[in-house]
Amino acid sequence: MGAKVVTITSGKGGVGKTTTTANVGVALAKLEQKVIMIDADIGLRNLDIVMGMESRIVYDLVDVVEGRCKLRQAMIKHKQFPELYLIPAAQSRDKTAVSPADMIQLTDQLRADCDYILIDSPAGIERGFRNAIAPADEVMVVTNPEVSAVRDADRIIGLLEANHKGQGQLIINRLKPEAVRRKEMLSPEDITDILGIQIIGIVPEDENVVPSSNTGVPVTLMEHSKAGAAFRDIARRLMGETVPFASMDESGGLFKRIARLFGGS
Amino acid sequence: MRENTVAIKGNKDGLLVTLSPTEEWLSVTTDLAARLDQGQQFFSGARVTLDVGTRPVRKDELSSVKALLERRGMTLWAITSESITTIESAIALDLRTASPNATQPKRTDDLMPAAPTDEDSTSGIMIRRTLRSGRAVRSQGHVIIYGDVNPGAEIIAVGDVIVWGRLRGNVHAGANGDSTAVVCALDMTPTQLRIAGFIAMSPPDKRHKPKPEVASVRDGRIVVEAWG
Repeated sequence: MGAKVVTITSGKGGVGKTTTTANVGVALAKLEQKVIMIDADIGLRNLDIVMGMESRIVYDLVDVVEGRCKLRQAMIKHKQFPELYLIPAAQSRDKTAVSPADMIQLTDQLRADCDYILIDSPAGIERGFRNAIAPADEVMVVTNPEVSAVRDADRIIGLLEANHKGQGQLIINRLKPEAVRRKEMLSPEDITDILGIQIIGIVPEDENVVPSSNTGVPVTLMEHSKAGAAFRDIARRLMGETVPFASMDESGGLFKRIARLFGGS
Repeated sequence: MRENTVAIKGNKDGLLVTLSPTEEWLSVTTDLAARLDQGQQFFSGARVTLDVGTRPVRKDELSSVKALLERRGMTLWAITSESITTIESAIALDLRTASPNATQPKRTDDLMPAAPTDEDSTSGIMIRRTLRSGRAVRSQGHVIIYGDVNPGAEIIAVGDVIVWGRLRGNVHAGANGDSTAVVCALDMTPTQLRIAGFIAMSPPDKRHKPKPEVASVRDGRIVVEAWG
């Protein structure tokens, strides 16, 4: 019994790991799950900003690991969702301040108290990445529909396999259906053709994402946002629900192809 | 120094050094160096089998341990590990590899010793999975991949390379200069293909129909033709 530890990682930077962590965290909280988010990007912390919780940080992950505070004291409660917590990264330290064993120990202490622990991994394949995946029960690999991001995702999946973490599940972020139709952008099929892993979410490009990250209100909370809806779907799939992949354009062309990809109706 | 991160025992082949699979790599290797320096006279000249358990050890990490042992007059001879990454690192460094658990038939294909044999062109390794970006397979013999070779993955073989899948990464057959070596794949679209000293690239993404092909050197250039 206890929480499921889900790590969000990508290899390449800037593909949307932190945005995904924030939005899936909020979406799970909306579904009445108790969620603890951990920002493992020590030295480049961001999740607190995207969550609008920056001003309330007193203690951070490194303070917990080095025993300067109790675990509880580093958990910041979200104002709107009382069962959503954030453990922020330290900003003035680096990845070596925490070890994979520390992360396992920390999450083990939290498992009994919540349903999901989401870990926002730093970019790269070094120490920070190893810290983030060490305690993971499941891994979500975020990529963008471009060759370099897919190449890095492939590397990450190989490392997950080598670390006995399974292959992970794929999130394709910032997909533009029109661009795919014009064959200017990789399609979900092109991406799975290389990576060969299960897709857990396809998030369309959405101009609401950047302003929402800047204001600290994750886009999931905007009912009309297409990206927000896609993140809510990911949360439900994470909880084991079968959610069909939403149509992303009026003509339904892409939808049909995606549906075929999953053997859906 | 923390206890139990390093265990050193004598065995019939020399020394068996067991490193903790969970402790931080840097601290484990530091402990190892400290332990060896305590008994340098005793250990000098020994042939070492290194057991790293489940830890995935990268090639550069393994090579630094190898150097650490060599500086103290020891030889790293074999690696025991349950991690595919470690085994691949060991293969890349031409070290002997072994699984501690002989009853793991699923993995035995990855655990073939890569040591060069005298029976030229009869040895090789067979890997039954997709090679993803960043993976490198090196062999003194042939390489057979039962899976895809993704872009960013690399195969270097002294002998032939056979890919029962899609070849999209880099491949070098006949790496020691044997221009009679061949590369075969069910779908031949490597980023770069080399045979001995010859280099070829796949033509830019034409919508091709996958078909089995074989690449070889003829009249001083690489030619690709139907396989079979």
